[in-house]
Amino acid sequence: MPKKFDFSVNGKAVSVSLDNEETPLLNVLRNELGLMGTRFGCGLEQCGCCMVLVDGAPEKCCTKPVWNVAGKQIITVEGLGNAARPHPLQQAFIDEQAAQCGFCLAGILISAKALLDKNPEPSRAEIAQALDANICRCGSHNRIIRAVEKAAAIMRAGASG
Amino acid sequence: MNAPLPGPLNDNPNLNRWVAFPSPGKVTVLTGRVELGQGVLTAMAQIAADELDIAIERVTVRSGDTEKAPNEGYTAGSQSIQFGGIAIRQACADVRTLFLEQAAKVLGCKVDDLSIRDGRIHRNGTSTGQDYWTLSGAVDLTVKATGGGARKRVADLKSVGTSNARFDLPGKIFGESAFIHDMQIDGMVHARVVRQPNRGATIGAIDENAIRRAAKGPIEFVRNGNFLAILGADETAVEAAGVAAVNHVTWRNIEAPTPTQQEANWLLQRPVVERVFGAPDAGNAQSKERYEATYTRGYLAHASISPSCGLAIYRDSKLTVWTHCQGVYPLRAALAKTLKLEPSSIVVHHVQGSGCYGHNGADDAAADAAIIAMQKPGQAIRVRWRREEEFIYEPKTPAMVVKVRALLDDAGKPVDWTQEIWSPTHNQRPGAGGNLLGAIALPDPPPEPPPNDVPEANGGGATRNAEPLYDIPAKRILHHLVTEAPVRTSALRGLGAMPNVFALECCIDELAERAGQDPVQYRLSITGDVRARAVIEKVAAMAKWQAGAPGGTGTGRGIAFARYKNRAAYSSVVVELSVDEEIRLHRVWCATDAGLVINPDGVINQLEGGIIQSASWVLKEQVRFDNGVASFDWETYPVLKFSEVPEIEIELINTKDEVPLGVGEVTAGPTAAAIGNAVSHALGARIRDLPLTRERIMAALLKE
Repeated sequence: MPKKFDFSVNGKAVSVSLDNEETPLLNVLRNELGLMGTRFGCGLEQCGCCMVLVDGAPEKCCTKPVWNVAGKQIITVEGLGNAARPHPLQQAFIDEQAAQCGFCLAGILISAKALLDKNPEPSRAEIAQALDANICRCGSHNRIIRAVEKAAAIMRAGASG
Repeated sequence: MNAPLPGPLNDNPNLNRWVAFPSPGKVTVLTGRVELGQGVLTAMAQIAADELDIAIERVTVRSGDTEKAPNEGYTAGSQSIQFGGIAIRQACADVRTLFLEQAAKVLGCKVDDLSIRDGRIHRNGTSTGQDYWTLSGAVDLTVKATGGGARKRVADLKSVGTSNARFDLPGKIFGESAFIHDMQIDGMVHARVVRQPNRGATIGAIDENAIRRAAKGPIEFVRNGNFLAILGADETAVEAAGVAAVNHVTWRNIEAPTPTQQEANWLLQRPVVERVFGAPDAGNAQSKERYEATYTRGYLAHASISPSCGLAIYRDSKLTVWTHCQGVYPLRAALAKTLKLEPSSIVVHHVQGSGCYGHNGADDAAADAAIIAMQKPGQAIRVRWRREEEFIYEPKTPAMVVKVRALLDDAGKPVDWTQEIWSPTHNQRPGAGGNLLGAIALPDPPPEPPPNDVPEANGGGATRNAEPLYDIPAKRILHHLVTEAPVRTSALRGLGAMPNVFALECCIDELAERAGQDPVQYRLSITGDVRARAVIEKVAAMAKWQAGAPGGTGTGRGIAFARYKNRAAYSSVVVELSVDEEIRLHRVWCATDAGLVINPDGVINQLEGGIIQSASWVLKEQVRFDNGVASFDWETYPVLKFSEVPEIEIELINTKDEVPLGVGEVTAGPTAAAIGNAVSHALGARIRDLPLTRERIMAALLKE
């Protein structure tokens, strides 16, 4: 007998019916809702490819059972912005060409968003520390840190202007 | 008489394999090279845009497709730009010439009166109303390239030399379906393979009930010999079953690697094939002094951020496969052999995966999907390896022991150099020296390939960069090709270059110290190669290198140099770090000469990536064995974190008249050796075994 789970994703109410209430949120996002931006990297909550915001807090969702997010608000990388209306972080990542393969980016963008929500003027060390929740194997770290610094500056200018 | 065609163009001479004009205003450029996160497709578009005289926005690059794209073997060895790029350049130049000739015919004028501006034909500077697309019906691109099209002079290149933004990044940044993992095919089912632990292992018992209980959803078993897979429509159920199956399927004839085997020195007493290159043995050379040191490195994993994925469907006697591997044509050939199909009945498409850095599980995951698809005709199959599966079963780069013996003259400079190497093979790519993993589990498995390594003509495997570029009168390589390794070994970024350059560039520092000379000066005193000298001098200037900086203070600097394969890009690296119980990287400077630079930011990005990955190998990485591969996740195989990455400054020496060269691998060796030399400077003690762990630092300090 399928069970129904209600929560919101990127500001929209969603309702999914699943036989297995242990289904990870990541699989619900990708396979039920067709949101492919959040990636599977390890299934062990180690690499951060699956980072999403749950009620504003960055959380890895590859093992997080769907029952655990019932009634909560989820933000994924698709919820940050799009080509027509990019989030300042997304624009900064494009400007800085802050990637090689790009597989880790969705999770990193979410971790960076969570950091800037809390700390609009982070130091380089604070950015690096926040991103230690994510693994980048290609070695794009410095570009990524630069992009977050740039986005933070743009967002501060926007907030004060 | 035209110059010989570039290799890949000679192999695939029909111009329609390279260029097409599919619709007004659009150009498709085809390449056998594939995007692995290195930005190669954008660079190819820049090359094509310049040779065709069109805006880059009009160019779409299609790559890695056995139906349409040219066969260029593997995307490997930092050769895409050097060889694949020049092929596109010449193909486009030939195409441009054919169109100008056709335009001259239509317009009744001389070719010399015509030029092309963003695809439109101009006559003496005025638009003619003709363009590539009005003429394309009359220009036959099925003809063979002649090499007759004049390639643009370097001074006339417009897009080449600029940091054009990567085409593929926005989609990845906005979270669109960008990777093979995101592909959806109607009716697709998910699959996980219950991996055969080793060649010859046979299935004992399968506790299907326990696996089904763990799945909590419908699953199906598919078996062929010792190849066992679990299928189902719900990925959650299939994944859970795949995890559970590890404990609910028993195997006979298991051979599990042991902790002793994980160390490089284990290789010293194994059966080998002897290979010798270079000058005859020095014998009783007249030299007065002899210096000898031995360096080691353990097994490394590619550790791609995503586990491998492959999709396949077998329908109407045709097998279609989607893969993120490095060579779609070699994979097609290997699949044909495994599945007993004609290559012509298999189509292999490349779809991007995560960064691979060499031969990881990609080919094997594609083969898994294909093997299952053959047993389930009409059913689309998606195989995604589990994280542990990728770590345990991906091919590892082999452990190596490198012993350097130098004979020295009165001034302490080397006059005779022997680099002696113990290493298993660096090449078990399917079809080129190895087998597809799934094939070994099938009934009637293919035999083990005979011992081999990458030929010297292709840069060598274990011998890559084993010969110093320095001016040394006699040099030789002794390669003990170890024929049996505890795990499958194959190509990782740079192959033997990293351990070889680590060994020889650390040794050069040791010789400099012995001669009482500064490492930079010592290197310059034994190299006359102008481009080598230029990168060494440049990086020393960037880092404000000071000769005679006191050692043993806990903070140190080191320099190293290499020319990749001794025939590609030149790079020199300086590292600044501090050591207490652990090593902390502060800053890295790098000067590189990669010939004509196609995309400066793309080159810098690749160099940065090579530096950071090499630093991670040197400081942290070794695959551990303990009753099997014991490095199976990111906690048991840690890599460099954001907070551990140094600041990096890179300068390119843009030698515009030189051939453009790849840069993905050139920094691996110099970074490793520069770290080794900086640690030695900081500690006043030398560590010759990688990785540079806390235990090794403590041992080196106690020895002093």
